[in-house]
This record gives sequence, C-alpha cells and structure tokens, in this order.
Amino acid sequence: MGQLLGFTSVSRWTALGWIIALLVILPIAAVIWLAFNPTENIWPHLISSVLPVYVESTLLLLSGVGLISLAIGVSTAWLVTLCNFPGRRLFEWALLLPFAIPAYVIAYIYTDLLEYAGPIQSSLRELFGWRTARDYSFPEIRSLGGAILMLSLVLYPYVYLLARSSFLEQSVNIRDASRTLGCNPWQSFYRISLPIARPAIAVGLALVAMETLNDFGTVDFFAVKSLSAGIYDAWLNMSNLGAAAQIATLMMLFVVLLMWLERTSRARAKQFSGADRFKRIERFTLSRGQSLGAFIVCFMPVFFGFIVPLFELASMTLNHLDQFTNSRFLAQASNSFLLSAGAALLTALLALLLAYSQRLKPQLSGLRIAAKLAHLGYALPGAVLAIGVIIPFALFDNALDSWMRANFDISTGLILSGTPFAILFAYSVRFLAVSSGSIESSLAKVTPSMDMASRSLGANPLETLKRVHLPLIRTGLLTALLVVFVDSMKELPATLILRPFNFDTLATAVYQFASDEKIEAAAPGSLLIVLVGIIPVILLSRTITATRDAA
Amino acid sequence: MFQVNTKRFSSVVTISTVAALSAAPQASLAEEVNIYSYRQEFLLRPLLDAFTAKTDIDVNVVYASKSLLERIENEGRNTPADILLTSDIAPLFDAKERNLLARIDSAEISANVPAQYRDEDGTWVGLTARSRIIYTSKERVADGEISRYEDLTDPKWAERICTRSGKHSYNLSLIGSLIEHVGEAEAEAWLAGVKANLARKPQGNDRAQVKAIKEGQCDVALGNSYYFGAMLTNEKEPEQQEWADSVKLIFPNQADRGAHMNISGAGITANAPNPKAALALIEFLTSEEAQRIYAEVNYEFPVRPGVARSALINEYMGEFKADDINLTRVAANRGAAAKMVDRVGFDN
Repeated sequence: MGQLLGFTSVSRWTALGWIIALLVILPIAAVIWLAFNPTENIWPHLISSVLPVYVESTLLLLSGVGLISLAIGVSTAWLVTLCNFPGRRLFEWALLLPFAIPAYVIAYIYTDLLEYAGPIQSSLRELFGWRTARDYSFPEIRSLGGAILMLSLVLYPYVYLLARSSFLEQSVNIRDASRTLGCNPWQSFYRISLPIARPAIAVGLALVAMETLNDFGTVDFFAVKSLSAGIYDAWLNMSNLGAAAQIATLMMLFVVLLMWLERTSRARAKQFSGADRFKRIERFTLSRGQSLGAFIVCFMPVFFGFIVPLFELASMTLNHLDQFTNSRFLAQASNSFLLSAGAALLTALLALLLAYSQRLKPQLSGLRIAAKLAHLGYALPGAVLAIGVIIPFALFDNALDSWMRANFDISTGLILSGTPFAILFAYSVRFLAVSSGSIESSLAKVTPSMDMASRSLGANPLETLKRVHLPLIRTGLLTALLVVFVDSMKELPATLILRPFNFDTLATAVYQFASDEKIEAAAPGSLLIVLVGIIPVILLSRTITATRDAA
Repeated sequence: MFQVNTKRFSSVVTISTVAALSAAPQASLAEEVNIYSYRQEFLLRPLLDAFTAKTDIDVNVVYASKSLLERIENEGRNTPADILLTSDIAPLFDAKERNLLARIDSAEISANVPAQYRDEDGTWVGLTARSRIIYTSKERVADGEISRYEDLTDPKWAERICTRSGKHSYNLSLIGSLIEHVGEAEAEAWLAGVKANLARKPQGNDRAQVKAIKEGQCDVALGNSYYFGAMLTNEKEPEQQEWADSVKLIFPNQADRGAHMNISGAGITANAPNPKAALALIEFLTSEEAQRIYAEVNYEFPVRPGVARSALINEYMGEFKADDINLTRVAANRGAAAKMVDRVGFDN
C-alpha cells in the first residue's frame, strides 16, 4: 500500500508525527493568537505596579519547589533502588503516594492545621498562656514559603519516579565496576548514578517547574502573587483576555528558554543501557545508623505529603458520610475514572508515536522542535488552556455547521464542543509533556543498534516498535500511564470549563465546596480522588519494580 | 499495516471513553432549558427542582468559576446555553458589552424587579441582592465606633482590619462604587488608608475574616451580608456558629448614601435555543415562591419588594438603607478598581 502511494514507511511515520504535534499545538497556538488582540496595552500599568512582584514570587516559587523536589526525589529514589534498609520495599511505592493528593487539597489541609485558629497554634497559646497574635511569632502558612512547601510535597514524586526508573535501568556493570575500583556508596551515587540519570531527572524537574507555573489554586489560596495570578487578573478583572494571553505566552517562552538551557548544558552526552538490564541489582548494605537515616529521609515526605493529609481527610469525612450514599457520587467517580483512564491511554499512545517517529528520522529537526513545542500545554494555567481548546473546537464545529446548512440544509450544531471528548483532548494536550518525558527518556536509552539489527532482519518500523522497543521501554510506558492517570484524576480548571451539562467529576464536585472554603464538605470527594488515585500507583509501582526483579 | 492498527487502537480508546461518558447525562426529549452558571449548582438546585416540578421543563447546568463568557462567545450561533447566571454584576455587564445577551421582554419581570436591579436596556435581571457590610467584634468594638466605609481609614484601626483579596469581585465592586461616589483620587486615598490599617495580608474568603475576628486576629472586617446567616445556621460545622456569635453587623453609611449593594442575576443569551423556556425560568426566579426560597436557603435579600425576608434576616439585619447607585456604573469601574488595587499594593 505504502509503495503504491509512493510513500516509504518511514515517511508515513514522519507524517503521523507531524499530525500529532500540530494537533497538540493547536490550543497553544490559539492562546498565542489571542495575545495579538489585547483590548488595551496593559504593560505600562503592570511594569509600574505589580510586575516586579509577580516575577519575583514566580522565580522564588520555581526555584524553591525545584530545589526541594530535587533533593527529596533524587535522594529517596537512590536509597530505595540501590540501598538495603528496613522498609525499603514499602517506601518503593509509598513514596509515590503524595502524588495522589491534589495540591489545592493539601494546601487547605495544612492551612486548617497551622493557621492562627488551627489546632496547633491554639494548643500552643493555651500551653504558654499567650493571648493574641502579638504575643508570639509563628510562621505564616499562607505565604510564599508555605506555597513552596505544599507544592514540593506533592510534586517531588515526578522527580522520584523518573530518577528511580533511570536508576533501575542503569547498567549494573558500570556500578559494579565503580565499586570494584573502590567507590563507597556516596561516591558511586555522585560519580556514576547521578550523571547517568541526569537527563531523566531533568525531565522530572521540568515537569515540576511547569506544574508550578500553571498552578493557580494553591497560590491563590495562599495569596501569593505569581504570574498566573496576573493572568487571571488581566483576563477577569480588567476584561483583557489578550493581555492575559500575552503573560501566558511570556511564561511559555520562559519554559522554552529553560528547556534549551538544560539541553545545551548536557551537550551531546548520550547513554544507552547495556544488555545487562535484567541482571539483579546488588544493593549497598547500610550500617545501623545509616539505615536509620535512610528510613527517616524516606519517611518524612510520605508522612507530611500523605499520611497527615489522608488522616485529616478521613476524620473530616466522618462528619459527612451521608455524601457517599448520594447517587451522584458514583457517577462522579466513574466519570473521573473513565476520563483519566482514557486520557492516560490516549496520551501515552500520542507520546509513543511522536517519540518513535522522531527516532526514525533523527536528522529531521523541524519535527523535533514541533514535538517540543507540543509540550508547552503543560505550562499553561488550566483555564487558559481550556480557552485554547474552546477556540479551535468551536471554529471547527461552526464551520462544519455552516457548510452543512449551506449545502444540505442540515444543522450539525456543536459536535466536539462541550463533549467529554473536548475534556479528553484538553487532558492530552496538558499532559503530553508528562507522558513524553518518561517515554522519550526510556526510548533514548535503547541503543540504535537494536533498531538497525531488527530492520536489517526485515522487520518494518512498526514491528520493530512492537517487538523490540515496547518490551524494553515497558517501565517508561507504565510510568507515563500512571502519571497521566493520576494527574487527570486531579485536573480541575479545564474540566470545569469544558464539561457538558450536568457532568461532574470528583474534582469538580469537590471544587463546588472547596471554592466556598467548605473544606469539610469537600473531604469525602477529595478522599475518593486520593483512594482511586493510589490503586494504580501501587499496582504500577509493583510492575515497575518487577521489570527488574523478574530476572 | 501500522495505520490500521494504531488508528483502530486510538479510536477504540476514545470512542469507548466518549461513549461511556456520554451515556449517562443524555437529557430526555422533554422540554429543557440550559444554564451556564457562575453560581455553584448546589445553591441553585432547590430553585431549579421547584421549577421543574411546576413546569415539567428540565434544567441542565454547567457551573464554572470563569470562562463561560468565552465559551458562549466562541460557540456562537450554535451555543446550547439559554441562560447566563451569575453571582455578581460584573459578568452580566461584560456579557452585555460583548453582545452576548438578548433583550428580556417581560411585563412580569419588570413588575417583579425594581428598576434599580434591572439593566436599563433589559439584557439582565437581578435575582437577589446582597450588601457588603462591616463586621465588628462584639467584645472589642463599641457601638457607634464605626458607621461608614470611610471610617475604615481612621488610624485608630491600625492593624485591626481584615479582608479578602482586593482583587475579589466583591471588593472590586465596592471600590467601583466609591470611585463613582467620591471620584478616583479620593477612592485611591481611601484604599491606601485601609491598606495601612490591615492586620494581615488580604487572604481567605469572607467567612475567614469573621473567623479571624472570633480568634482575635482583627477587630473589623468587610464581608457580604448573607454569610452571616450561613454561618449562624451551620449545623455541620458548629464552630462557624461561634464565629457568627462573636460579631456585630454594621450596615455602613446609613446617614448618607446607604450600604453598598451587589446582585446575583441572569440574562438570556442572544442565540438561546430555548428562549421561551429560558424566559419562563427567569420569570419563575423572580416569583414570590422562588424569592422566598432564595431568602430562606441562602439568606440573601429578595429583589422583589414585599417578599418576606427570613426571620433570621429580620432579627439580625432589620431594615437598612441601601445604596441605589446604578450598578452598571459600578461594574464599569471594575478595571479601574483592579488597577488601583495594584497601584496601592493592597494585596502585597
């Protein structure tokens, strides 16, 4: 068939890659297009008043969340993968659990605990006989520092996941060699494991950075004036969507700059995993003191990022058990589950096809750039992305409708707008970066000589993908599915805006209460988001481990 | 080969998800009306159910906190939305400016709702009114110590005032009304004066400010009137009753222009597919029955004169003088108010 049409099979892949990249870029392009149509030039006002504040708090937020996520994610990933200490097997998956907690939920919970009226400060006042806030000082949770901590607690799992699968996929032989040559655990980590894992860690960090940039719920609740606050202000309060799109476009440019910096600093370093990846990992045995240290390092993020919020949610839920008997609750849970599963599969498929089509023609830099641009959807605040989806969908629907009316006197109305498909598409655009991150970094570790061998034995690109690559990148693929599933469960702003009539997910149902700061009434729904989210976390984490242990 | 396969796979994924998701909420063939709502659905449900029981018209709702105007605008003539429902004057004003609303022609509505709470061109109708009032600590603020918004700048309130973000639409609307009454320069001086007296960085919602008074973090706060009722009757979270118990309600500026008012309201979209049903619903929402539900469930003031206010409102709020400034002029000042908040650094 391909021969008949005069296409080689590789160029069909290239065409497919382009189609996917362009589709995903569509909403991003729509936002950039909006940026050219502001109602008023907002920059003189911004520069003379709040822009310095926006930029400063955004940069502080980014670097704070980035550093803390990096420290927690990499250290714990290395410990559970390469060291032996009590609880290691448990932590392997438990360290992922905070990921299931939406950032806005953890922010509410810690505010409830730590604010002036909360149980901790109240007990302290009682204990020491303080009367008012002026009698003592206590760190304010609703602050930039608080926002950094909250976001770090739920975002470090990105770094952990990617660092861990990279440590798992690394050649055991290299590490063995380092130990034969006398490296202690720390030296082996610092001089061997870390440099090899760097591309994967960078991907994890990029995801953390973009998620931090697009966050609005947490920063708004903590009254932190970041750039996304500026976007909403220009759009909603100054009725200047164009100006909002300009700020959003600037944010995307900033992300492009970061990506480019990371890339050039890594230069051309490329590693491929050897054939020994099914060899068993020899773990470092830690002394008693070291074991205790490792335990504490792994326990803290799980405790503060998962156990405390889960406990709080569960105890608040006790007051609102009647919600579970509400028949809408089941429908909300099933909507959430189906959308998230669909988004996970669709996004992984798109990411895989996109990555593989680039691999087949590595010299094609146009496609590579387009594929990178397709990741930018993740840096956009959800509500802005939703507008980016509304515009092309409505354009398509209305054009089709007009054409059908003109030619057949039939009105097709809105076919795509306001359907679950629009939400699914938005999720795919939003989370393609997440999916691609882990699939690309896995695929990059498969040595090209495998492709050559397979192709010279007569397999076409698709067969090669199915029989050679898929088994080798299983870990990366599973990671991609897992992360997008959980992220979609939590997604709120785009879902809220794009959904059909009478359609709720758990997140939108929770938001109805949470937006009114009825945190208690929001607890049962939040709890269910977390519980539905942790099932795949545990299952997939076990499978990821099994890819190594199976040998 | 690959084309068939990947296509089939991805279409199976998407079709099965979409099919499974679309199956549930498919509306029946009965008459219906569709709402895009900026108000949370659970606040509306009792009213919508009463409407459906009465008329057999089904009501479908999409609730979102932003972007609904953009959705209507882009969906154009094919929009499924019949009604835009809001908790603030601002989106109605914007929707009118962008020609998204049709004229509402109803003698019934004109009779039910005073002109002050209707658009002069008939594109939107207020459904409930709320006042932005001053909450003061029963313990720490004496009677008569504060009676006007202007008093908030008095240095004696230094480090004693709490409020939510200056960028919240309720505050922007208050500032917008001040701009209208006293002019931009004086309004800005007022805002800077309030800023100077804040006990903490603006944060939280209106209830959180009352809570802060209860906890002794501040003595005076700005807040919408109906939250008081909602807190005082909150049985699920009884601590909120204590918050409400700790404050007095001051309706400001009673000796001059009156307390600042805002509305929740509705308009019919220009391309509404079910304009008749939409009109029927809005007429119902201004009816005696619906207005009473509003007052009793949510402690808002009925816009319709003569509807009995809830006993709670009568007990705690009584009659007061409302500012009767044209709400359109207040909403038009919102952009200027937002920039003023930036210049003063109110939220920083």
